Amino acid sequence: MKDVPQYLVTGLGIGCAYALLASGLVVIHRVTRVVNFAQGGFAVVAAMLASTLLAAGLPHGAAELSAVAVASATGLLVGLAAIGKPGTSPRSALVVTLGVGIFGYAVEVLIWGDQPRSFPGLPGAVDIFGAPVQAHYLLIIGVTLPVFVALGLFFSRTYLGKGLSACASNPYAARIVGINVIRMGLVSFALGGALGGLAGVLVTPVQQVTFDSDVTLIVNGFAAAVLGGLTRPGLALAGGLLLGVAQTMVAGYGDAAYQTEIALVLMLAVMIWRAARTPAVEEAVL
Amino acid sequence: MNVIEVQDLVVRYGAAVALDGISLTVAAAELVALIGPNGAGKSTLVNTLGGIIKPAGGRVAVQGRLAIAPEGRQVFADLSVEDNLRLGAWRIRQRDPGHVYDVLPDLRPIRHRRAGLLSGGQQQMVAVGRALMARPDVLVVDELSLGLAPLVVTDLVAHLRRLHAEWGLAVLLIEQNARLALSLCTRAYVLEAGRIVLTGPAQELARSPQIARAYLGASI
Repeated sequence: MKDVPQYLVTGLGIGCAYALLASGLVVIHRVTRVVNFAQGGFAVVAAMLASTLLAAGLPHGAAELSAVAVASATGLLVGLAAIGKPGTSPRSALVVTLGVGIFGYAVEVLIWGDQPRSFPGLPGAVDIFGAPVQAHYLLIIGVTLPVFVALGLFFSRTYLGKGLSACASNPYAARIVGINVIRMGLVSFALGGALGGLAGVLVTPVQQVTFDSDVTLIVNGFAAAVLGGLTRPGLALAGGLLLGVAQTMVAGYGDAAYQTEIALVLMLAVMIWRAARTPAVEEAVL
Repeated sequence: MNVIEVQDLVVRYGAAVALDGISLTVAAAELVALIGPNGAGKSTLVNTLGGIIKPAGGRVAVQGRLAIAPEGRQVFADLSVEDNLRLGAWRIRQRDPGHVYDVLPDLRPIRHRRAGLLSGGQQQMVAVGRALMARPDVLVVDELSLGLAPLVVTDLVAHLRRLHAEWGLAVLLIEQNARLALSLCTRAYVLEAGRIVLTGPAQELARSPQIARAYLGASI
């Protein structure tokens, strides 16, 4: 049992990355009702770009931030493709994001090749209850938690945050009061891109990233996000952490090959459970 | 001065003509009713006034600010009453809902409740309040009475009268309930199948046999 603290911190670190990715999904879905299947791609783009920039001699921090900014711009482009045309339904937009995500593979392979990339993160190890843990995991946790607090405050306290929520709550009414729903959707895609990019640059030092890593990331991120019904960032964080810890425990005490399956089973269970109770909730609202 | 001036407005959905050359005016501080059956094009006119639908022909001119209380209330169900109100002021900078609580005092005690969980009458009040937050010169109310209990409607109408009297607010009331609309307003239009078929002072229309047969007899 002496490994437990180590697995716990490792799992929380990985879980934070899933949660960040999930929060990007949640932000986009919350505003546009689109499930953005290109979300994992933002992480991959940021991770690859950060590795290139670091190799070119840019210092840590600057490289990662630039990569996140480019991921945000990528998010904006995906948003333009998915919802830029007035009257696009969330379902058509979902298919567009899927297509853009696959197209993204080609671009990524063209620029960065198909080999896995990584770069060093925060060096050193920290002793936690007698077990050494890579310091970088603590950095991931230390960055993620304030991001979630800021995100929560943004949506619950600021006028812009409420305007963004209003677009998903009732797009027609949002237009009636003068909110530009498409522009707000693009803001959410840019924000989602930044959050996905942040997940990518944080996770790469502890998990190599290849052009198709987005599949693992999106499966886990989606599993975390569905826990919060794709609208609640706080629950997505809880989901991500739970998933990360469960996976590390399974990898530590069982077989690492089952990591993704755990996410899938968890996601399936939550979706079946929600599908059974959602109609009752909707009735109460109407 | 006219706050709303619509001239020969044509709106099409694909090949279907929803509004076939209608003209209509609302003067400052005037109460105007637009009555007509389902599918006459009433909500199309509202959406055109709100800039959501682009006209295929004709002219729509609005002087000052226009705000809409849309059909079916359309509150932001997940947000609180106060957030609903504040979002009504999206286009302007003054976002304090105090003046709306003054004219719709029933909203104050429920301001922290989620709008989606309110009764239909309360939601209608939120929708009107949200529109008032834009400090409009003219308020367009689409189906004020639809699905509401008569007592609730009477209360809402009293509020509209007060707003008109105290703020000098012009109101375009779009209604299926002709009796209600004609009793509140001074002038009225009758819209049928995308055309204005009748217009005049509300009292005269209320006495017209055509209206009585088509609307007043059937409305209650």
